[in-house]
Amino acid sequence: MQAVIGWILRLGVLLSMSVIFIGGVIYLYRHGQVIADYHTFKGVPDFVHNTRGILNGIITFRGRAIIQAGIILLIATPIIRVIFSAIGFILEQDYLYIGITLLVLLIITASMLSGHAG
Amino acid sequence: MMSVIVLTLILFIGSYFAGLLGSLTGLGGGFVIIPLLTLVLHVDIHYAIGASLVSVIATSSGSAAAYVKEGITNIRLGMFLEIATTAGAMVGALIAVYIPTNFIAILFGIILITSAIMSLRKKAELINQEKSPLAEKLKLNSSFPTPNGPVNYSVKNVGGGFFMMGFAGIISGLLGIGSGALKVLAMDTIMRIPFKVSTTTSNFMIGVTAAASAVVYLQRGYIDPGLSMPVAIGVLLGALSGSKILVHTNSSGWLRWVFAVVVSFLAVQMIYNGFIGKI
Repeated sequence: MQAVIGWILRLGVLLSMSVIFIGGVIYLYRHGQVIADYHTFKGVPDFVHNTRGILNGIITFRGRAIIQAGIILLIATPIIRVIFSAIGFILEQDYLYIGITLLVLLIITASMLSGHAG
Repeated sequence: MMSVIVLTLILFIGSYFAGLLGSLTGLGGGFVIIPLLTLVLHVDIHYAIGASLVSVIATSSGSAAAYVKEGITNIRLGMFLEIATTAGAMVGALIAVYIPTNFIAILFGIILITSAIMSLRKKAELINQEKSPLAEKLKLNSSFPTPNGPVNYSVKNVGGGFFMMGFAGIISGLLGIGSGALKVLAMDTIMRIPFKVSTTTSNFMIGVTAAASAVVYLQRGYIDPGLSMPVAIGVLLGALSGSKILVHTNSSGWLRWVFAVVVSFLAVQMIYNGFIGKI
């Protein structure tokens, strides 16, 4: 199980970083000369804020949408690791740790939903 | 006012050194990233927290991959304590919205100084053999490989460590850092876990802890792709270089001191700017 977990983490980081890099190159090519303004908090543009916007942005080669997809992939990496840990504990028939792992997944899901409400 | 390309280059170089120093000293890259963004580049602290959190996930996952393979990481212990850290991280991210930014800056400074001092303290390696009924029930006692064969160890004060982990999670969610120093404190000092195991297990937990608050920040618009891109790539490459150097040199004593001084200076700046309301 340790080998699988190591492999998932490595693959997730490699894949998401490549996506972020590709998006970054496109973003800098198209917007490199624009004046950057992060002085006041305004959130993020709509096309990188929701799933539909990001998907649309990827199809139309918008750099920031591709970066954001890479970031979501990166955030998903440790969560996918937890899911695989659960599978590992199921194979070992370790019921206590199946429960503990599911509880962690439940907390992350709750966090995901509470962010949406706020 | 600077263009996107200039800002990206500055961020990339700054993040590379942040990742390098963070990995050499074990404090993590977030400690330099947030002051760099807010104090030097005048980026709003919410964006800084978002970008730092992304870099924390990248470095933690990247290095955890290597440690897990070596068999030092205690996966059951990590999994059990992740209940506390993810719950804490969720709470931290949710209350962050209601806390004034200057208070966040001050808190950041305080945690920063505490961690810097802790990174300087001498580590005495003690292997605890005392059995605790709760640790046994949770199957937390384990062994780790050494050149002289596997060493068995037992875990103490499970409740106290769990509570401390919840606190580490809140700080991580609130400030967008890995709070590795607090996690190691909980495992070293309270639970009496061997240093090698506590560092690698803490690192293993940081990724999922940060992910639990990142899902909130992502939806709140704190994670800006333009900022996060150079920060995440820079910190990860810096941390990778750091782990390569660490293998070749053992005398990082003076480096810890240099870093502790730099970090304390940044911390004082964060606290000062927090008090005068500039952050």
